[in-house]
Formats: sequence, structure tokens, C-alpha cells
Amino acid sequence: MAILINRDTKLITIGFTGKQGTFHSLQSRDYGTNFVGGVTPGKGGTVHEGFPVFNTVKEAMEKTGANAAMVMVPPPFAADAILECVDAGMPLVIAITEGIPILDMVKVKAALKGTKTRLIGPNCPGVITPGECKIGIMPGHIHMPGKVGVVSRSGTLTYEAVYQLTQRDIGQSTCVGIGGDPVNGTNFIDVLELFEKDPDTEAVIMIGEIGGSAEADAARWIQKNMTKPVVSFIAGASAPAGKRMGHAGALIAGGDDTAEAKFKILEECGVTVSRSPNELGQKMEEVLKNRN
Amino acid sequence: MNVHEYQAKELMRNMGLSVLGGQVAKTVDEAVEGAKKLGGNIWVVKAQIHAGGRGKAGGVKLAKSLDEVKLHAEDILGKTLVTHQTGPEGKKVLTLLVEEGCDIDHEYYAGVVLDRGTGKVTMMASSEGGVEIEKVAEETPEKIIKVAIDPAAGFTPFVGRKLAYGIGIKDANEVKEAAKFFKGLYDLYMKYDCSVAEINPLVKTKQGNFIALDAKLNFDDNALFRHPEVEAMMDPTEESEKELEAKEFGLSYISLDGNIGCLVNGAGLAMGTMDIIKLHGGEPANFLDVGGGATKEAVQKAFSIILSDDNVKAILVNIFGGIMKCDIIAEGVVAAAKELGIQVPLVVRLEGTNVALGKKLLSESGLKIIAADDLGDAAQKVVAAAKGEA
Repeated sequence: MAILINRDTKLITIGFTGKQGTFHSLQSRDYGTNFVGGVTPGKGGTVHEGFPVFNTVKEAMEKTGANAAMVMVPPPFAADAILECVDAGMPLVIAITEGIPILDMVKVKAALKGTKTRLIGPNCPGVITPGECKIGIMPGHIHMPGKVGVVSRSGTLTYEAVYQLTQRDIGQSTCVGIGGDPVNGTNFIDVLELFEKDPDTEAVIMIGEIGGSAEADAARWIQKNMTKPVVSFIAGASAPAGKRMGHAGALIAGGDDTAEAKFKILEECGVTVSRSPNELGQKMEEVLKNRN
Repeated sequence: MNVHEYQAKELMRNMGLSVLGGQVAKTVDEAVEGAKKLGGNIWVVKAQIHAGGRGKAGGVKLAKSLDEVKLHAEDILGKTLVTHQTGPEGKKVLTLLVEEGCDIDHEYYAGVVLDRGTGKVTMMASSEGGVEIEKVAEETPEKIIKVAIDPAAGFTPFVGRKLAYGIGIKDANEVKEAAKFFKGLYDLYMKYDCSVAEINPLVKTKQGNFIALDAKLNFDDNALFRHPEVEAMMDPTEESEKELEAKEFGLSYISLDGNIGCLVNGAGLAMGTMDIIKLHGGEPANFLDVGGGATKEAVQKAFSIILSDDNVKAILVNIFGGIMKCDIIAEGVVAAAKELGIQVPLVVRLEGTNVALGKKLLSESGLKIIAADDLGDAAQKVVAAAKGEA
């Protein structure tokens, strides 16, 4: 079952013919994803790496039956690409692009309301349901199928957590990167809700960062609604205030968006906190043992 | 990206927002000339640095004669100001803004920010201007009026009225004037892709005009490509040389106070690596994210930047290859070691894409490298190495 993507997902890539678009589309195909083509305006009707290329998202959906799109378009054009997907009625859009202007995303977020499109990202590694479908730039081989869901604002830190799980023979149901930008399509609570409802997910790892209140909001939601155990790490306990740590969203602005404040509220809400990024696997192992 | 007050006011003036007449000066003579040009008999001499709290630090002074303008300019130019936003090392004043004075009736606060929770641009105003707004937010949050702007509807007239009435303005004409200012500030924010626009204080003069006495604008780095006129305002003397150098190579570098240099891929993992170093009793010397598409040259550059910090006693390379391939990192490490002659202990942890090839390159290089199995092992080894225990 898993969440968001599975064996039946049919993927197209927006910005397929670019270098990154080509590389990661083929990587996804090699992993086993049902990749069916791509969109590059102006190159419609051509064939790239054995796959059809279309001028518009609408045409690509009609001709291929695609139900998911990976956006690999450069930042100045990425918001437009997402809006085209929304207009075409694409059910799932996963935006990998890093560096989209924030006000572009403010408009996209408003445009998403009331539509049937779910946007994951931008500035994220993508989504993977191990053994079934990979959409994004994560290394597929570190994953293994299983029962732990992973949701994260960071890319490489997600790989770290997944690796620790796989090392301990703990598989993953689905791993979702929601992205490091201040305005994104899907937040922690959206994904936690999906994991809570998913019969194939037994427990969840949530990886947050300094900046914003998304983790605190998620903690309160977990306390009220989540029956499955959650293990969490927040990156940036050592980061100074007022300095943007790489991600546009990773900036301590006030007092309640520090790592310490987030750890505190997570603990208060019954989440198992790992203060070291190296103990996520071990803590999850303990949590699962206590449950069984 | 940040700009100076005088640059922010230039943008505001172009948008029709009221600011006081001002002259920019790089020397004492220019300051006096500027004051003469402005005319009048009262001026304010203001240090131009990228930090708040200038007034308390002695960087803003009132002059009642041209002689006083000269005295204050002499005093402030070249001085290093230490404020709550500069850090203990402070910032050297290289530029002054000389402004005309005005008759203040009341000081307000006006701001525009992005509310991450709602994903909407939000306008703020307060009757408590001229003081630290963070303090007002903490002690009397009801005195800050907020309106989230619907992205489709934009700034409609009620927004201006709600803010103006909310901060206690009653006179019909003044409400109109204040609302006009708020609308202008919002338009500026949207036009130039700001991330923060703050006017503190926004003053009402005795004549009932609303004028920005100070102005702080921050811009979204991701949107600078469509605002060359803003990008041109960047003041390299305000930026860390190393951070700018790193940026050119697609590296994200931030200097910190510790002695363990870090080279990591991905912002989250880079923060996580700093965190775990601290948990093991060490102190990171920097945040450095080589990004996903780093080349051998970028990795070399990263090493040279890390090593230019004399405090660095050991280096930790922590790579979890996704897009980033471990062999590219290994090549960069080897090239840097040969070129720069790395004298400090080097702990390397590689995992992910092409890890076997990366490890092979390192072991065949003959370099003295301390290999680590996982993140915990790496942190332990580099902390020990920095203490000279390796």
C-alpha cells in the first residue's frame, strides 16, 4: 500500500530533456518506476532516450495516462511548470527544483487550493516507496521495503536516517521529502495524516530543522491524532541565530524556532526525540521492540 | 540579501513612499557638503551598516549646526559599531547618510513579512514604534496589528484601514495617509521580491504626514535574477569575503567560532554534522554545504576556504552521496591535499553513490586519512583529533 506512490504510479518528468532531468528520470526508471515520458515545450513529438516528449502537460497526460509528475525545471520557470500541472489536473506533482523565488511559491500555494493536485516540495529529494516506485534524486539502493514511514525537510539527512534503518534491517513504507523552503506544497501534518491512515506503516521518523513552526504544529497534531509512534530529530541545535543555514527555511528568527524549543515541544507531545542524528535508527529499533 | 538604509530609501522614494531628504557621504567633507545641500538647521548623521541598534551604539546623531555635522561625521566614520545584531566584532562604518530633521508627533511601526504558517504575505503595524518590535511582540502582542494578504485579492483598501484604525489613528485624513503608506510598502515588497520590509519608526509629523524615518529591506536571494538593480546594491564590504568566495563555486559556507572544519553535502546533513560534533564535546568551525552538483574544483575550493581559518585543528568530511558521487569528493580531497598540503588531521566518512570507488581513491592516494564508519564514529574521531588525541 504505502502512501502517495506505488507500482501503479505512472511518471512523467517536466524538464525531461535537460541534463538533470534526463539523468534522474532514467535513474527512476532503472529503480523500477513506471516512467512513461516527459514534457519540454518546443520538443514535442520527439523521442528522448526512448521516451516520448510532449509540448504540454495536458497532452502528456492524455497520451501516456501519467498520474504523477517530477518537476526538474530551472528555478525561474519552475513555478510556471507546477501551475501547468495544476491546470492539467495532475494528481501528484513532486518539485525537486531548488531556489524558486518565495513569492512565486506564495502564488502557487494559493492556486493549489481547491484543486485535485497534491504538491510535494519544492527543494526536496522526492518520494520513494522502496521496491515499488522512486520519484526524485535519492540513492535508491540504500532503501528497503518495510513498515517505517520517513518524512523530512532535508535531503541528505533523510538518506542518513534511511541508511541507519536499513543497516538494522528495518524497512521503509514510504520516504517523503517535503523540502527546505519556507513555503511548500505539503507539510509534516499532511504526510503524518497519510502515514496514520496507511495500514502498511507502523511507525514514523520525522526529521525537521530550525526555523518556522512546522515541527511544533506537527507535534501538537501528533499528540491529538496519531496512534503510531514517532521518532524525531531536529537539525541545527548548533546553528547561530540570524544565519541562514543553506536552506531558505533554516533560519532562526524568533525564540521558539530553535532546535531546543522544538525538541522540547516534541517531547511534551509524546514523540521520541533523538538528539543525535546518529541515533535515529537505534531509537526506532527500541520503539518497535517496545511495541511488539 | 541586505541593503543599506540609504539604498532602501532610494527604492522607496521611487515607489512614491515618503522619506526625508538625504545625502550619502563617504568622507567628512561630503557630509558637510551634503548638509549644506539639504539646507535647514537640523540634521541627523547616520552610520550606514547592515545592522539594527545603531542609535544605541552611537551611530546616529542629531546635529544643530554644520559644525556639529562635521564633529559627528568625524566621530562616526571609521568607527566600529557594536550592536545586538553585529556580533562582538562589530562593523566598521564606511558610509554616512545625512538627513534633514522633522517634527515628530508620534512614532509607529510598519512591516511586511512572509508568514510561513499560512504561506501568505502579512502586513504588520503597531502604535509602539521606535523601540525593538521583538520586545513589543513579547510583552504586548495585542499592540501589533496583523493582516494576511490574500494572494489573489492583493492589498485591498480595508487592509490599510484595518491597520490604521488598529494602531489608533482616528483623523479621517490621517487614516487615508497611513493607509496609502501601507499600500506603498506592500507594493514595494511584492515588486522587488523582499523577504522583510520594516519601517521602524514610521513617524507621523506634526503636519500629519507619514514618513519612514528608518528603513530595513531584505531581499529573497532566489529572486535576485529578476532584479539586477537590487543586486547591484550589494555592498561587498558588508559580506564575509569567504562566504562570497564560496558562493562563486556553488558552496554554502558560514564561518563559526570552533576549531573543527566541516565539509558536508546537503544543508540538513551539514547542520546535523555540526550538531553531533557538539554532542561529542567539539566545536564546529564552520557550516559548509558543497551542494549536490559539486565538482572536483569546488571541493578543492571548499578545502582552501576551510584551511584559511587558522582556528581549524581538524577537518571532518561527511558525504552521503545521492546526486553527489563519493568518487568526485575523493578526487577533490586528494587534489586539495596535494595542492594545499593539509597539515591537520582529516577524518573522512563516505557513504552512498559510488562509495567503493571513493574509498579506493582515498586509500590509493597515500594520504594520511582517518576513515570513519558512520556519523557517530566520525564525530568521535574528529573531536579526539582536534584535541590532539589522534
